[in-house]
Amino acid sequence: MVSSTALAKKRGSSGGFFKELKDNWALFAMLLPGLIVLLINNYLPMFGVVIAFKRYRFHGDFFTSLIKSDWVGFKNFTFFFNTPQAFEVTRNTILYNLVFIVLGLIIPVFLAIGLNELLNKRLAKLYQSIMFLPYFLSWVVVSYLAYSFLSMENGYVNRSIITALGGAKVNWYAEPKYWPFILTFFQLWKYTGYNAVVYLAAIAGIDSEYYEAAAIDGATRWQQIRHITVPMLQPIMIIMTLLAVGRIFNADFGLFFNVPKDSGTLYSVTDVIDTYVFRALRNSNSVGMAAAAGFYQAVVGCITVFTANYIVKKIDSDRSLF
Amino acid sequence: MDNSTSIKKNSLNSISFGSNIILNLIFLICVVACVGPLMLVLSISFTSEQAIRNGGYKFIPREFSMAAYDYVLKAGDAIWKAYGVSIFVTLVGTLLSLMVICMYAYPLSRPTFKYKGFFSFIAYFTMIFGGGIVPWIMVYTQLFRINNTVWILIFPYLMNAWFVMIMRTFYKTTIPDAIIESARIDGAGEFRTFFVIVLPLCRAGLATIGLFCTLNFWNDWYLPLMFVTERKFFNIQYLMYQTLVSIQYLTSGSANFSEAAVVLAKLPTEGARMAIAVLSIGPIIFAYPFFQKYFVKGLTVGAVKG
Repeated sequence: MVSSTALAKKRGSSGGFFKELKDNWALFAMLLPGLIVLLINNYLPMFGVVIAFKRYRFHGDFFTSLIKSDWVGFKNFTFFFNTPQAFEVTRNTILYNLVFIVLGLIIPVFLAIGLNELLNKRLAKLYQSIMFLPYFLSWVVVSYLAYSFLSMENGYVNRSIITALGGAKVNWYAEPKYWPFILTFFQLWKYTGYNAVVYLAAIAGIDSEYYEAAAIDGATRWQQIRHITVPMLQPIMIIMTLLAVGRIFNADFGLFFNVPKDSGTLYSVTDVIDTYVFRALRNSNSVGMAAAAGFYQAVVGCITVFTANYIVKKIDSDRSLF
Repeated sequence: MDNSTSIKKNSLNSISFGSNIILNLIFLICVVACVGPLMLVLSISFTSEQAIRNGGYKFIPREFSMAAYDYVLKAGDAIWKAYGVSIFVTLVGTLLSLMVICMYAYPLSRPTFKYKGFFSFIAYFTMIFGGGIVPWIMVYTQLFRINNTVWILIFPYLMNAWFVMIMRTFYKTTIPDAIIESARIDGAGEFRTFFVIVLPLCRAGLATIGLFCTLNFWNDWYLPLMFVTERKFFNIQYLMYQTLVSIQYLTSGSANFSEAAVVLAKLPTEGARMAIAVLSIGPIIFAYPFFQKYFVKGLTVGAVKG
């Protein structure tokens, strides 16, 4: 039985890990299930990165295959970087993420401020609830919504809008030029409400005394927004943006895989690193190259996350990830 | 802000009537943009196949019909099986995941626990670096070989570093150390303290994380896409994915496949697709009011690092 004196002793003592394990075995037992899952799901695959440096052949089971497969050095990497897709998928990943970051900042902040200013608070709550809804739908559902508009034969756009205007039908799933806009639209469609709620929560946290003081000094509501709300939101805006920048090498697989229906003619504008790795693994049986591309993404992504986190820590250490 | 002051300082403390109307218009557009696509899918699912062929997808059904639902609910048992898989995975997955996450977060919230920094890092590090999907898939398919079992749809989502962080903050903000200390003095062990005192006090945290997990499991199509090839382990989302690729996946229950293809020509395939989508969204819409409340709470808690 541990009494409070034992507790105090423990705080002061510098006993080793095993002493701690013996004293606090219950706490360690609670950690155990989570540790096992992390070990299997996250840490074991980390050892698997050596696949990227091997010509992977299956030899009965995972570890034997890892050891027995031939070491090929950076061959998989040179092979990957010599494909034209290497540049293309990297470019797509970064450019889409940049657009998402910029629009995902401006629009939600604008809407959050708008929701906060609406005269009818009940209506504001209703708007917020409805705009938050898309966040709860899966990307497969979103791909259905997109399909109902874009389907060649029956889609709403082709059958109702374009025919009404007298234009010719567009085969949306085969015309790359429209897809940067379509993908951006659905990304915003799914996440704008969610992000607006995050900013709205931050606005709710602003002390109302600032506004009262400003009103006494004769500031109009517009001036109050410009000189109180926006500056007070700045820290969370910067942090949300930096965290997103840190993940700039990780694309949203669901968006890029489901919404374009994995249409081959669109790959030049819809293929990102994540979808490329998935297909390389599945279709062409080029496991080594897929692993190399994945490893490249993981390493570069890790560097960007660390950099972004370092900057966040400089600005506001409470908000940093680690 | 209470009403009397807001009326008194109306000119300064609120926007003008004109701007209010413009803002309302902007939000109306947003609301229509959010709900419109869902309405379209709903409408298609209730439109007769003939009307779809003649006029395409419309927001208001030209010819109301329940044929799509009739077909979906009777055609083979694919959809029922998928629904069953989804419900089982969501229930069992949420329960297990909630336990794993809550138990992992608790020691990290205890100021007296010496290794809390180390174990926090072990969880956070997984958010920063991963081995990539290639070795991740191989661990399950070649080492543990649990692909094509129902457990592959649950196990990878049992832990989530982000949820651990939120739950830890919930413990820290809702459980005073004094309560834990006094429970110890009264002779309660760690497990007893945790299950009898801490968890019941943290109901809001449990609800938040529970709903996060429920949504994760119900909306998952990623794990079946990566691991599952046997039809009996398809969940509703993955069945939907397959159905968008080819409607024949619905008729998988039919004994004779070529026969099914002949029948297929007469079936409400367009509407049936959308009917499945509606059936998969349905539970979420019903649960939405609860979800929303706790999600907003979780968001604000998650934003404050403990």
